[in-house]
Amino acid sequence: MADLELPLRQGFAPDAGPAQGPGPLPDEIPITLTINGERRALHVRPWTTLLDLLREDLSLYGTKKGCDHGQCGACTVLLDGERINSCLALAVMKDGCEVTTIEGLAGPDGTLHPMQEAFIEHDAFQCGYCTPGQICSAVALVKEGHATSRAEIREHMSGNLCRCGAYTNIVDAIEDVLAKEAAK
Amino acid sequence: MNRFSYARPGSVEDALREVSSNPAAKFIAGGTNLVDLMKYNVERPTHLVDVTRLPGLKEIGEAGEGGLRIGALVSNTAAAYDERVKERYPLLSSAILAGASAQLRNSATMGGNLLQRTRCYYFYDDATPCNKRAPGSGCPAKEGVNRIHAILGTSEHCIATHPSDMAVALAALEAVVKVAGPNGERSIPLADFHRLPGNMPEKDTNLHGDEIILAIELPEPRFAKNYTYLKLRDRLSYAFALVSVAAAMEMDGDKVVEARIALGGVAHKPWRLPEAEELLRGKVPERALFEAVAERILDGAKGYGHNDFKIDLARRAVIRALSQAAAGTPQSQVDKRIQ
Ligand SMILES: Cc1cc2nc3c(=O)[nH]c(=O)nc-3n(C[C@H](O)[C@H](O)[C@H](O)COP(=O)(O)OP(=O)(O)OC[C@H]3O[C@@H](n4cnc5c(N)ncnc54)[C@H](O)[C@@H]3O)c2cc1C
Ligand code: SF4
Ligand code: FES
Ligand code: FES
Repeated sequence: MADLELPLRQGFAPDAGPAQGPGPLPDEIPITLTINGERRALHVRPWTTLLDLLREDLSLYGTKKGCDHGQCGACTVLLDGERINSCLALAVMKDGCEVTTIEGLAGPDGTLHPMQEAFIEHDAFQCGYCTPGQICSAVALVKEGHATSRAEIREHMSGNLCRCGAYTNIVDAIEDVLAKEAAK
Repeated sequence: MNRFSYARPGSVEDALREVSSNPAAKFIAGGTNLVDLMKYNVERPTHLVDVTRLPGLKEIGEAGEGGLRIGALVSNTAAAYDERVKERYPLLSSAILAGASAQLRNSATMGGNLLQRTRCYYFYDDATPCNKRAPGSGCPAKEGVNRIHAILGTSEHCIATHPSDMAVALAALEAVVKVAGPNGERSIPLADFHRLPGNMPEKDTNLHGDEIILAIELPEPRFAKNYTYLKLRDRLSYAFALVSVAAAMEMDGDKVVEARIALGGVAHKPWRLPEAEELLRGKVPERALFEAVAERILDGAKGYGHNDFKIDLARRAVIRALSQAAAGTPQSQVDKRIQ
């Protein structure tokens, strides 16, 4: 039996950049997206992910690319109010939808969203790379209403990895917001 | 990713036409498996047919004789939290919630979940041979890294597992997949939907390339009280099953009327063995019986080295799942302590 080693990834093609031939380059397709409250008429190639559209075309760098394969949650945004992994969503398929990114959570006057406040209050990040995804995910978690206990918060946040291991404080922050919501 | 064109048909007929006119075309729903595989050059469709706006496939409604019909485009989240599913088929709800993450379940659809492909490392890596990805090139998993691979129903050509949790519950519940193709509609019982690899591991299912899934139909509910979905994996959440067991019993007093046991993570399809289930019929459930059932199911299981542990793990998981089902104490998908 072979030694325990993972298969080599030779010849692995990076994801970014224009898709490879054969065949003619399909036309860009017109779509409309409402991004952080602003209606945008856009033109996209079919293979552009929502994540690449946000970062590369619209300069909304808040949404992060961690794995690009649905495995980390750094790219989490709200689509029509529901959290999704923007790295696995083709932008062209989201024509007509509303997208909220971390840039769209604060009020127009810059007042932070209560979840953003709570993350600061509880020191819920270290490097900050996973944070926009964590916060978008947490905002959706509160709205979904399936999690109340710490165990439930952890389970419902399992789609957001934090390599700095700020998990304890992330759960504290979310618990705090849930408690304030419940007291309203 | 390769280049591809995109279509968003407005009717099932148009969607079928788009795909039947181009053998390299594929349907796309949530995209959570297909886009991932396209980024690895494992799937290379030249034309994507977006089925997410097709009318009528996003509904959950009553089916005949107390059953329930769940449209192919209902999200995994919507199905798992639907009141009718929770009340009548809690096993299905539990299995769905044991899978992936909240974000992924929001995008993932019922049809796409059934058709998700194996997580075999070699299948994903286009620098290595793999009979499933490149027929005839070989199966390096047999002598390679095979910790996550199958122990039942394998062939010399492929030892991959089907990764879906949802499908395991659907197998136990004897769901039926409703599909449409160029020659009209047909029904495929879940047991016949996924295939064993045999000498054609490139074919995961018996669905034809030009057919679309319309819905999943569940028969009259009988297992809403004594059931469990027990999933064992390398971390407590957001990981695929090493072994999972969907167990359900219909009871009459203290006796079993009918038992269903389906295993995930052990084969190329959700694994059921009706003759092992029969051992429970008419009996008062007790541990010695569960052990006999587990022995029967794992009889003939074969490890490939790294995955040898799965044989004992599966045996114990079956015993534990049957105990949970008999006691009416289903495994919580939040508190992962196994009671
Ligand atoms: C990080 C990660 C972790 C995961 N963990 C789990 C887990 O623990 N358990 C689990 O069960 N799953 C898990 N998944 C898999 C997830 O459940 C699937 O990716 C999802 O269910 C696929 O559904 P989709 O709608 O996104 O399919 P798509 O990616 O859109 O499609 C998948 C396939 O189905 C075909 N298809 C889709 N809809 C139809 C239709 N109506 N008719 C005909 N063909 C159709 C497509 O052509 C494609 O071949 C995980 C995924 C990721 C990325
Ligand atoms: S187990 Fe199947 S999918 Fe994996 S390398 Fe072998 S043939 Fe390919
Ligand atoms: S970048 Fe999307 S999940 Fe990691
Ligand atoms: S704060 Fe660094 S990854 Fe989470």
